[in-house]
Amino acid sequence: MRPNTKYSSVAIAIHWLAALMIFCAIVMGVYMSGLPMSPARLKLYNWHKWLGITILAISFVRLLWRATHRPPADLPMPIWQRRAAHATHWLMYGLFFAVPLAGWTYSSASGFPVVVFGVLPLPDLVAPDKSLALALKSVHAGLAMALGAVIALHLVAVAKHQFLNRDRILSRMLPRVFESRT
Amino acid sequence: MKSRLRIGVIAFALVGASPVMAQKLETAQSEIAFTFRQMGVPIEGRFTKFSGQFAFDPKKPEAGKVALRIDTGSARFGSEETDSEAVKSDWFNVAKFPQASLDSLAIKAAGPGKYELAGRLNIKGTAKDVQVPVTLIRSGALTIAAGVFTVKRLEFKIGEGDWSDTSMVANDVQVKFKLALSGMAAL
Repeated sequence: MRPNTKYSSVAIAIHWLAALMIFCAIVMGVYMSGLPMSPARLKLYNWHKWLGITILAISFVRLLWRATHRPPADLPMPIWQRRAAHATHWLMYGLFFAVPLAGWTYSSASGFPVVVFGVLPLPDLVAPDKSLALALKSVHAGLAMALGAVIALHLVAVAKHQFLNRDRILSRMLPRVFESRT
Repeated sequence: MKSRLRIGVIAFALVGASPVMAQKLETAQSEIAFTFRQMGVPIEGRFTKFSGQFAFDPKKPEAGKVALRIDTGSARFGSEETDSEAVKSDWFNVAKFPQASLDSLAIKAAGPGKYELAGRLNIKGTAKDVQVPVTLIRSGALTIAAGVFTVKRLEFKIGEGDWSDTSMVANDVQVKFKLALSGMAAL
């Protein structure tokens, strides 16, 4: 046991699960919005909404876990990098909530209530309104692109630490089975 | 020959015995809306253009006649994308079937202010008999005929091809109407 050099297994599990779901949601979102009207398009829209709500829910659990569990200490690095890393993390947390909430509001404004997995109807956040829907579409897409950009920054930073600084940063977030290889 | 003559006499006697006044459909105060589920999500639409002929006396419902004509191209969903989809051949095929109709075959009383209309519903070239419960309420000078009934969309080939998948778009479509009629006798 090396205390506090590694994220807890719950944090690790949520991190990778959320990573996979967010990646899928962004790819789906970009792909489906360009499709012509078809059952496939409607299916993707609904799956995307279900996925987004699941990401929102898991982000609540994640935030709660993060607030009640101490993450490993920062690796040695210049103060500006440390600040940038923390800012990036908090920005990502903010967007984990903002992107799905904007999408849910967009769906409400478009007159399509979100029914999770086709069975759990969620309340409408706003009344149907065409111009609001149009504005929220851009907000949702813009925030999602921002999240994509911040994630890209996060990945570049991980790569820099892992391959240039060789400080084994990745091992902090890897399940123990993969740890020895990094 | 004899029976036809008899039918003619009976029909003449019926018409003569019960001169049912015609009513006017006040379309501005009327509404024909419908709801269906798409992957669990309720989708609402309405027809904005329809007309009707009504000859109905609440005291003599059996003698009543109702004929509704609905412009299938007037379906509005609050989303332009859906509006323009609904006119296509997979859905209402408005180019070929611009009108849907409901014609009464028999009307009978079903309690105070309540009636049961048996009618023939014709959509997209397919005719089916339907039972429509109707409630009449007096509202000032108008009589409001309201009711809800369910149509199985696939019986009328509404949503063909890939769209016939009922796990995507449910088969049941709830039709909700509220028709304002002027010139009807007291209930």
